[in-house]
Amino acid sequence: MAERVAKTGNDAAAYALRQINPDVVAAYPITPQTELMHKFAEYVADGDVDTEFVQVESEHSAMSAVVGASLSGARCCTATSSAGLALMWEILFVAAGNRCPIVMPVVNRALSAPINIHCDHSDSMGARDSGWIQLYAENSQEAYDNVLQAIRIGEHPDVMLPVMAALDGFILSHTIEALEINDDETAQDFLGDFKRDYSLLDVDNPYTFGPLALQNYYFEYKKQQIDAMEAARDVIVDVGKEYGELTGRTYGMLEPYRCDDAEVILVGLGSTTGTAKEAADQVREEDGIAAGVLKVRCFRPFPAREIAEALGDAAVVGTLDRAVSFGLGGPLFHEVRSSLSGRDNCAPMVDFIYGLGGRDMPLNSVKDVFRQLADVQKKGKTEADDIRYVGLRE
Amino acid sequence: MPTTNLKELSNMPELLSGGHAACPGCAGPIALRQALHAAQQDDAYVVTTSSTGCMEVVTSIYPNSAWNVPFVHSAFENSASTAAGAEAAYQSLKRQGKLDKDIKFIAFGGDGGTYDIGLQALSGALERGHNFTYICYDNEAYMNTGIQRSGATPKGAFTNTAQAGKVLAGKNQVKKDLTAICAAHGIPYVAQASLHRMRDYIKKVQRAVNTEGPCFINVLSPCPRGWRCKPEDTIRLCELSVNTRLWPVFEIVDGRLKIDYKPSEKKQRPMRDWLKSQGRFKHLFSPKNEHLIEEIQADVDKRWENLLRRERCDQED
Amino acid sequence: MSKLMKKDEMMMGTATEAGSTSQLNTGSWRTYAPLTDYDKCVNCMMCWAYCPDSSIVVEDSKKVGVDYQHCKGCGICAVECPVNCIEMKLESDVTDEERDNEKPQPRD
Repeated sequence: MAERVAKTGNDAAAYALRQINPDVVAAYPITPQTELMHKFAEYVADGDVDTEFVQVESEHSAMSAVVGASLSGARCCTATSSAGLALMWEILFVAAGNRCPIVMPVVNRALSAPINIHCDHSDSMGARDSGWIQLYAENSQEAYDNVLQAIRIGEHPDVMLPVMAALDGFILSHTIEALEINDDETAQDFLGDFKRDYSLLDVDNPYTFGPLALQNYYFEYKKQQIDAMEAARDVIVDVGKEYGELTGRTYGMLEPYRCDDAEVILVGLGSTTGTAKEAADQVREEDGIAAGVLKVRCFRPFPAREIAEALGDAAVVGTLDRAVSFGLGGPLFHEVRSSLSGRDNCAPMVDFIYGLGGRDMPLNSVKDVFRQLADVQKKGKTEADDIRYVGLRE
Repeated sequence: MPTTNLKELSNMPELLSGGHAACPGCAGPIALRQALHAAQQDDAYVVTTSSTGCMEVVTSIYPNSAWNVPFVHSAFENSASTAAGAEAAYQSLKRQGKLDKDIKFIAFGGDGGTYDIGLQALSGALERGHNFTYICYDNEAYMNTGIQRSGATPKGAFTNTAQAGKVLAGKNQVKKDLTAICAAHGIPYVAQASLHRMRDYIKKVQRAVNTEGPCFINVLSPCPRGWRCKPEDTIRLCELSVNTRLWPVFEIVDGRLKIDYKPSEKKQRPMRDWLKSQGRFKHLFSPKNEHLIEEIQADVDKRWENLLRRERCDQED
Repeated sequence: MSKLMKKDEMMMGTATEAGSTSQLNTGSWRTYAPLTDYDKCVNCMMCWAYCPDSSIVVEDSKKVGVDYQHCKGCGICAVECPVNCIEMKLESDVTDEERDNEKPQPRD
């Protein structure tokens, strides 16, 4: 039986790890991920899990250890934030290239300098081309649900790729919310067992992993990875449906909110999309703006076709970027815009960069964003690169 | 009991195939190969990791591999942490009854991957107590990238980043004592070995893999290309390194150091002979650099005295 | 030159099969070839132990030949042989007979 509980986002993700019962977890402390591993360490200390918990001396070693463990046929998890993800950088690519279905909650936090411990998405957005699948959570419920589904998605034989399950630092990780958790049996039936076709520990059939692949083979390897990422599209949707049948919470690549009749649509990801839904309701009521929200749950593989369909009839599109690609605006903006390119009647677009370093994005700010978009709708056009900064003093 | 008898070992199936791309006379494959034969004894199997470097590159150029045991290369600085993860998986799967084999883990690394960029990962893995053996094949520079100085390069050696010219005479700093650093972790077994004493090397590998907990072995690995020496002299240079007392062979078991071999007065050779034997030290014999030879000799003497002192203390009671 | 595999013929990820360098030929690197005097050989296995290219062929603890497909001719075996039964000879001067003599065969 499912149960309704109060948990922080970290706690919810840790609870998912408990139900996953990974063979190996290797992790290193970093704010705001720490509480997640504190909680998991309690499960280890109480014998609730069979996990070999490796408290490594750096995130680089955390990722290296789970790569070694995953190639050994173990189901593996780790978790990190910000600089920790940056230190893993090199091995993120090794994990994906070696087809290790590691699951990693990423508790989003800004990157230095200046040092800052609060939420933005520059850490995981920076890793968007590392070959990992990326899921973003709006709330603790989704953080929990995404971590469980990540196992099934990553370990699917057509996929075999690592998955980041992102949740906003502090905003989700340290805020207590009500959520529904599955009972252990339901969760474990859903998860199933992991079996790697060939393993480092298969001593009777010794394999060599991580060879040097030169001009003659490297490209084919990369295309295999590209194919796997493409295959993940259907798997993500199928797993999301299956999960929905079990729990009543169905997931896909996107979640449109009041988009059907919307003229002004705001595309975003993470916790702010929750605020945006409320803002859409209110500006519809107060300002008569036909507002909608398109939440991007899966950023890699990027749902370009689905986004183009969902935004098909919008008069104006705004994007909410909690990260910046210096010299190019926000990453979501550019990827959404390229999804729409080549389509008839491409709507004018505005990028709203917000919340860097944890700057608050209150309801009124999002409502203001909708009003700005409504102004663009009235004018019928905007500049080619209309990038605006929300809540910035200048 | 595992055997150190070469005649018996030579009947084993080959664990490191020929056809790899190491330079002729490279000591690295000798160190790897005999470590595998030493460790894969009785009912035990060996699983290996390697840092990026000469031995990794030459043995595993896709689609071929020289390894007849499971092998994984991940990156330059993480041979120890990759082995730690594999060992953690083994412990976990074994505890859950999903695996019943007896597996010995050996992590290999060159000096660059061990003394320098991989030192943190190695230190962490030693401190955490993983049941594995780390073998550093030390060829005293970054040879794979084209002979650059590392923390293991000895003072006075020419490398492409510490050149010998009008004002500089090769590397200006002394070699890091990695074996002592590893021993300082308080791990159960640490050894320094030389390939010219092959049975001793094999015995050390066997002791290490059969010791519960993390173990470390440092083995000097002459590199004909980087050292500017003849390929056939590889093993002779190993002997000279020990007889000059530059590379003492010893074991530290549960914190107690014992030197395995002390060259007799007759066998002992001056550092001058060592420096003469390799082109990388050629410039030291010019008049303006000759004073460095005395310095190098003094440093070797000092380190040897320190080692003897430590042995006396450790073996006292 | 062997045919290159296509993308879907390659194993997923970067796994590859064990021991397959043995199909390659590094014997062509050789300038000098080791020639063994099997009458003098005492089968101490020093050459086997010190061969970086795993090219000493052994059967029942006896050296029975040299694998010229892989031997790079480094000469370590000749230097380390305690009874000096290995001679390094310029590859171009090696006779067919000498070459045949290193093919693995029973030695009594």
